[in-house]
Amino acid sequence: MMKFMLLFSRQGKVRLQQWYSATQEKEKKKIMRELITIILARKPKMCSFLEWKEYKIVYKRYASLYFCCAIEKGDNELLTLEIIHRYVELLDKYFGSVCELDIIFNFEKAYFILDELMLGGEIQETSKKNCLKAIAAQDLLQEEADATRNVLEEMGLP
Amino acid sequence: MSQLLEKLTMPAPAKLRDLIRQIRSVRTQAEERAVIEKECANIRGMFRDEDNTYRCRNVAKLLYIHMLGYPAHFGQLECLKLIASPRFTDKRIGYLGAALLLDERQDVHLLVTNSLKNDLNHNTQFVVGLALGTLGNICSVEMSRDLAGEVEKLLKSSNAYIKKKAALCAVRIIRKVPELMEMFLPATKNLLNEKNHGVLLTAVCLITEMCDKSPDALAHFRKQNKMVPQLVRILKNLIMAGYSPEHDVSGVSDPFLQVRILRLLRLLGKNDSEASEAMNDILAQVATNTETTKNVGNSILYETVLTIMDIKSESGLRVLAVNILGRFLLNNDKNIRYVALNSLLKTVQTDLNAVQRHRSTIVDCLKDPDISIRKRAMELSFALVNSNNVRGMMKELIFFLEKADAIFKVDCTSNICIAADKYAPNKRWHIDTMLKVLSTAGSYVRDDVIAHMISLVSEASTLQAYTVQQLFRAIQEDITQQPLVQVSSWCVGEYGDLLMSGQVEEEEPLQVTEDEVLDTLEKVLNSSGSTAVTKSFTLTAVMKLSTRFTQTIPRIQALMDQFGSSVDMELQQRSVEFAKLFKSYDHMRSGLLERMPPLDAKVGSKGDGEEANTNGETTAVSPPASPAVKQEEGNALLDLLGGGPSPAPVIPQMEKPAAPPAASNDLLGDLLGLDLSSPAAGPAPMVPGMTAPQPQMDMLGGLMDGVAAQPAVQMSANNLGIPSLTAYEKNGLKISFSFQRDNSNANVVIITLTATNSTDAPMNEFVFQAAVPKTFQLQLQSPSGSVVPPSNMGVVTQVIKILNPQKAPIRMRIKLTYNYKGTDVNDMGEVNSFPAALWQ
Repeated sequence: MMKFMLLFSRQGKVRLQQWYSATQEKEKKKIMRELITIILARKPKMCSFLEWKEYKIVYKRYASLYFCCAIEKGDNELLTLEIIHRYVELLDKYFGSVCELDIIFNFEKAYFILDELMLGGEIQETSKKNCLKAIAAQDLLQEEADATRNVLEEMGLP
Repeated sequence: MSQLLEKLTMPAPAKLRDLIRQIRSVRTQAEERAVIEKECANIRGMFRDEDNTYRCRNVAKLLYIHMLGYPAHFGQLECLKLIASPRFTDKRIGYLGAALLLDERQDVHLLVTNSLKNDLNHNTQFVVGLALGTLGNICSVEMSRDLAGEVEKLLKSSNAYIKKKAALCAVRIIRKVPELMEMFLPATKNLLNEKNHGVLLTAVCLITEMCDKSPDALAHFRKQNKMVPQLVRILKNLIMAGYSPEHDVSGVSDPFLQVRILRLLRLLGKNDSEASEAMNDILAQVATNTETTKNVGNSILYETVLTIMDIKSESGLRVLAVNILGRFLLNNDKNIRYVALNSLLKTVQTDLNAVQRHRSTIVDCLKDPDISIRKRAMELSFALVNSNNVRGMMKELIFFLEKADAIFKVDCTSNICIAADKYAPNKRWHIDTMLKVLSTAGSYVRDDVIAHMISLVSEASTLQAYTVQQLFRAIQEDITQQPLVQVSSWCVGEYGDLLMSGQVEEEEPLQVTEDEVLDTLEKVLNSSGSTAVTKSFTLTAVMKLSTRFTQTIPRIQALMDQFGSSVDMELQQRSVEFAKLFKSYDHMRSGLLERMPPLDAKVGSKGDGEEANTNGETTAVSPPASPAVKQEEGNALLDLLGGGPSPAPVIPQMEKPAAPPAASNDLLGDLLGLDLSSPAAGPAPMVPGMTAPQPQMDMLGGLMDGVAAQPAVQMSANNLGIPSLTAYEKNGLKISFSFQRDNSNANVVIITLTATNSTDAPMNEFVFQAAVPKTFQLQLQSPSGSVVPPSNMGVVTQVIKILNPQKAPIRMRIKLTYNYKGTDVNDMGEVNSFPAALWQ
């Protein structure tokens, strides 16, 4: 299973972190710091995998963002690259040619999309269409709720 | 009402978007911290006021702040409030916050469990989905127990969206609390009949988890549920079905599902011939039909290969798998090459011959631009070395070593040494290889390599002239590589006379004078790049040359005087003692500095992999580093000399030299400070291999052996004419000794033990032990085996070396243990009938 997924920029800024196994906040920070340093130092011609502690790290750079996953020893690293790619495709479809800024300003959406693709460190849906449909439906639910809310807010009521 | 008014007059808090913009606009870390601290203070204030209007916005902001690495734990309770809110927006952000801010140890888990329970029964599928998603990501042991029932209900739902999420929640629950597995077993029955890929995928994942966690579940799925044919059918449909845009990834049909199924097949087929048999065909089909131009196809092939390797597959299929990996090695994609090397490394033990066929491709990967690939290729190359290809492989690996990154060199050199040791076709090749290693990556060899090389040279008596000339040439050119200089110094000191002899086959003889040799050694001694250990080696070498050279003795003596004032205590002590040897004990000098007997390489290589030091600055080469060993040597010397009236009359008359008395760990200090009165008492039992001298120490030990040899009149080797003797014969076990005198040390007797067995059953766990009186020193080398075969069909041999400096009649006690037809046999005996020719 996947242990965690990290998105970070070329400057080493974290853009998304999803942890699939309980980890202390301090430990999370340490892991992120270490991995970001290691990966940013790697040259482009190097392969996308590295063995790190008890995990295999799979990473790939898309434009200015690094997508980085920690998987277990028995997992398929080539398929993990496909999972990353699938996530990027979903982001791209959702935002319409996604860029780092989309993910910064709509970070919660990036999480929602990931949560329709993965659950508990395993992939849950292999159809792009189904993922996006679920997201769209939930966005709609949210808009409906917010619409009533806005009317109330305009009236000055909580 | 007044509160409401107050709220209306207060400005609304900044929007998330505005906060992000503000944070992005700051220039320094300090400014960012200031902005965030201010915002956090606002948020805290509003949390305290139980504000409901902006809670969602505030938690969202807090999540952003948390992502930047600032503390946000104070938002945990607010997340729970959001989850409890009826509004979908609140729930969505609340659950996201719970997944990000809560960890398993929080007491708030109890509270969240209640909300989860409510939402799992919600009538909107997306609310149930949110709850399941969070549960799957953060579920703890307690939550597992509390909510397993709800999840099981949802697993039977007719809604695919909920079903797939429930299946993955069940996976998480089983991981946390394996005994809850039984609850989910019945529900798995119909899951594989689903059409929806999400449900199929998660169901396979759930079943995999069950099989992985419990052998009972594994057996259940194998036998009762006919799992293998079902999976084979699904996989077949996947690869046969035409294009389905929904699940297609560059022309491959749902690779995620395919890989999951292949993985479950691996578990089911492992150690089960029937199941393996049932999946043979489909595996072959996947292996041959999968599109290989893209990463996605290769990810399936890779999983297929792993499955083929793990189950009881037909040999043809295994060859197919190794060939897929071979093709991977030629792939342009570095990731695929890496995976191939990694997998080959795993299978090299079982399918060695199949992997050997790809040797040249693997060796080519040593030149890959990617460092990770080079590392794997190096490991794999070493795994493939054998006596047939050792010459070619070593050539490639030494070539690799020249260019290799520094981090590889240590591993590479020691692996080359191990491989050369194991498969060397002859001594000359072995020495040449080691010479190349030392001169190409000298600074990166481990210390054990130095000792190893030294013992190698000392054993190869016919190649000493060649080796010393080569080594000397090497340090004439380069004195910066410490291990090379150390080995060279040792050899030049030991075989310096052979430098001028000119008698070397093939090679052009070295034209060098005694002064030139000393020039080079002096350069080492005066170089600031030389370590203290190197200088010690070199200084001792110079001293030894005083008995090998004829015209330069005064120069050597002057050198010793010069280093008598060295700031390095070790060097100072040595040179003072050496100088003393010239002045006060000149008659002993030639004896003390005599050539060393061949060292036992096996003992030296024992340390393989234990000492990871790369340059000899801190390890046992230097005497002060290992007082324990030193002590042992002192004792050994005590044994040597302690036996009452000694035929070495000079020793008792010696006085302690003027060397710094504090440095007790020096050889001469030990030698001269001996308590000579200690009588020899009782036999000193020895266990094989335990007290064999460390070659590392023999730089000094050489002197000691010299002392032992000193009183002896050099005797010519005499191997003939000493009759063998039967040391033991009982119960069909016969042990005979044959004898040999050591060529280089007249006091050493080499006994070769031969054990034979005339009974009809083998004698297992055969161990021979021997003890001699303290006036002797005994060294047992490791036996050729531990089983004495029956009916005299084979032998166990073992070499025993006895150092007998006093030329006393040899006595030996022996102890034998072995296992015969299941019973342990112990016996002891004494051997007193050694032929007198051994010590006369």
